[in-house]
Amino acid sequence: MAGESAEHGIFTIDAKHLQDLLTAISKKGYLLFGPTIREGAIIYDRLNSVDDLPQGWTDEQNAGKYKLTRRQDYAFFGYNVGPHSWKKFLQPPEHRLWKCKRENGGLQIISDSPAPPKHAFIGVRSCELRAIALLDKVFTGGAYTDSEYKNRRDGLFIVAVNCGQAGGTCFCASMNTGPKATSGFDLALTEVIDGESHFFVVEVGSEIGAEVLGETPHRAAKSKDHEAVNQIIAKTTSQMGRAMNTNGLKELLYRNYEHPRWDLVASRCLTCANCTMVCPTCFCTTVEDTTDLTGENAERWRKWDSCFTMDFSYIHGGSVRATPKSRYRQWMTHKLATWVDQFGEIGCVGCGRCITWCPVGIDIAEEVHAIRESESPTAGG
Amino acid sequence: MAHMLEMPTISGLAADPMVPVPHRIERVKRETHDTFTLELMPANGIGLPSFGPGQFNMLYVFGVGEVPISISSDPRHCPGLEHTTRVVGTVTKAMGALKRGDVIGVRGPFGTSWPVAEEPGRDFLIVAGGIGLAPLRPALYQLMKNREKYRKIVLLYGARAPEDILYRHELERWRGKFDLEIQVTVDRGSSGWRGNVGVVTTLVGRAPFDPTNTMALVCGPEVMMRFAIMELQKRGMTTERVFLSMERNMKCAVGFCGHCQYGPTFICKDGPVFRFDRIQSIFGRAEI
Amino acid sequence: MIHSLEPVIRQHPFFKGLEEHHIQFIVGCAKNVTFDQDHVIFREGDAAERFYFIRDGLVSIEMVVPHKGPTTLQTLGEGDVLGWSWLTPPYRWHFGARALRKTHALDFDGKCLREKCDTDHDLGYEILKRFTNVVTERLDAARLQLLDLYGAHA
Repeated sequence: MAGESAEHGIFTIDAKHLQDLLTAISKKGYLLFGPTIREGAIIYDRLNSVDDLPQGWTDEQNAGKYKLTRRQDYAFFGYNVGPHSWKKFLQPPEHRLWKCKRENGGLQIISDSPAPPKHAFIGVRSCELRAIALLDKVFTGGAYTDSEYKNRRDGLFIVAVNCGQAGGTCFCASMNTGPKATSGFDLALTEVIDGESHFFVVEVGSEIGAEVLGETPHRAAKSKDHEAVNQIIAKTTSQMGRAMNTNGLKELLYRNYEHPRWDLVASRCLTCANCTMVCPTCFCTTVEDTTDLTGENAERWRKWDSCFTMDFSYIHGGSVRATPKSRYRQWMTHKLATWVDQFGEIGCVGCGRCITWCPVGIDIAEEVHAIRESESPTAGG
Repeated sequence: MAHMLEMPTISGLAADPMVPVPHRIERVKRETHDTFTLELMPANGIGLPSFGPGQFNMLYVFGVGEVPISISSDPRHCPGLEHTTRVVGTVTKAMGALKRGDVIGVRGPFGTSWPVAEEPGRDFLIVAGGIGLAPLRPALYQLMKNREKYRKIVLLYGARAPEDILYRHELERWRGKFDLEIQVTVDRGSSGWRGNVGVVTTLVGRAPFDPTNTMALVCGPEVMMRFAIMELQKRGMTTERVFLSMERNMKCAVGFCGHCQYGPTFICKDGPVFRFDRIQSIFGRAEI
Repeated sequence: MIHSLEPVIRQHPFFKGLEEHHIQFIVGCAKNVTFDQDHVIFREGDAAERFYFIRDGLVSIEMVVPHKGPTTLQTLGEGDVLGWSWLTPPYRWHFGARALRKTHALDFDGKCLREKCDTDHDLGYEILKRFTNVVTERLDAARLQLLDLYGAHA
């Protein structure tokens, strides 16, 4: 029933009308961003149409391993998450903060960032919704607000997707961040392929989501559609290959700053910073001051940074965290412990990217397990 | 009877904290061979909000970079500002080469303050090491401005050598004018120096203060603060009355870049002034 | 015997916990002393037979360095203990001490106390415990001086 907009209702869209949905979003002035295949991985970039989606592809992931393989079906969203996260659009890897001109013996500072385009994210997983919510707290929840982040965030349209399978390194269930998207979206899709039928069950999450759905051919959902969603979520949940026990996790890590496990993981860690680049909640940046050849014009740029670099903690002629051990410990303790004191919840959403993209396959869930086990070993091997 | 002891206070959120405000250098004062003080005034009629003692600004040298420097002036002189800086890297070296009339960018004020205004009726013990005296100077100004509100005020100040003593004339003036006990010591003496020689921590043991009614403000290199706090605890000071100022790498000063994290705290917004019990569990830990 | 010093010594934190007869002995070794400004209390190399508790004033521990003259390594003030070389062979001062201003102190006959400690090991242990403390504190302070914490780092 095209034209009926009911907030928070459940509907269905035929797979062949997915393009209509994207068109309806574009018509509202949004640029579409979503998963697409580049250099052998599913990354996030501009989407022009459904043809850009990795239809019929899936990813096989494990510690330090990532491979794309063909599916038996033509699912549009039959994979999990890749090396990109949505933070690349909300907190661009490079961003000019201001320009400064030296003239008449003074300084003139011009901060005139152009208004960012309205972004629509297509295919946001539940873990990623939670990651965005965590970044919201960092950049807009404190005494200061990051205006660039806020501008992009305010104009955001989110089409979430409930995962139809768990990725090889996923552990959102144990982190309580998925696999079902429960809030923070304008529309949430669950892809259902049942024999010949291929459709999406759509949950409306906002007024503008309802408007967009109104422009797309859709039907009210039937009880069998609700059932299909539940079954898919249950199946995905049961497939999780790993879990992290978060009980008293903050205190566990605070108790174990000098645990020998840090030395062990440090002997493997290359401090390559991959984990921080792929992590959807890592937010650290640095600033770079430059001048042009005339020496009259300067600029300040903000760029992504990583606590794994030697310079990150540089002060007074040396780095506070000089050893790889201290830097790995900083990253993991921040993500799982100090983040709780800073922002009220754990900074990890269980997406598994850091495990997949670590060249030596360090597994954050395994590291937690090892420290926990050493305190009170459970029975059995 | 338990007193409601205040945590350090935040004052003055800047208008747009990411954009520097041009300030003109009114005067450059050479304090020692590697330390100088810049006296600044707004260059375009726009000043920064008033600051609390212990807060810092980010000072931008055109085209070179930015550094966090504690404000070391009297808050009453706002929008005028003073920053005492040591040459330790690229930006401070460039800053040290600037002259009267040059313009730099200033962002701030940021961070927490020494709890001076909130603690009338107390003794104040100030322990400063090296350039650590600079962020404490505004606290001293504030204490002296309302001298009658406080009881004993003791300043213990350690410098590297006699020629490295900061604010010499001011110290003499304070000694004479206000009811303020000042003890200065140097790590190494020089011919003609007839004062204390030895680390400032050795002065704490016999300093005249009542540990049951004193606020201790400590600032200097981390090792010095560690030993000073140990001496304070030996004298019976409890950790909720000891305040110190911490330092880490900073880029944004507003809690976004992540560089200044110290355990669960961001030094730019939860510090730099901390009540000691808040960071006691990680203080002194290697590589935190 | 100068009995007026007994309350001072009895209450002094350094002698807290000593047995009665030990305190009596120590009182017998003590006397009041005043040093004028610039008075040399002892010289490096001299026989070390006394030690001092500074009551007020300022004392410089120094070394005469050729072409530099007397160089102060550290100063001691009210409450500080001056001198431990009387406790260990060869019982000679390693450094010199000079009053930088008028200084009042308690002067103890270290040689006498040492000889008593040789026979009364209980007293010896108590004295050594306390002086070990003094040396530890002095060593900590000296190490901090060595670290040159305010020095250039770059």
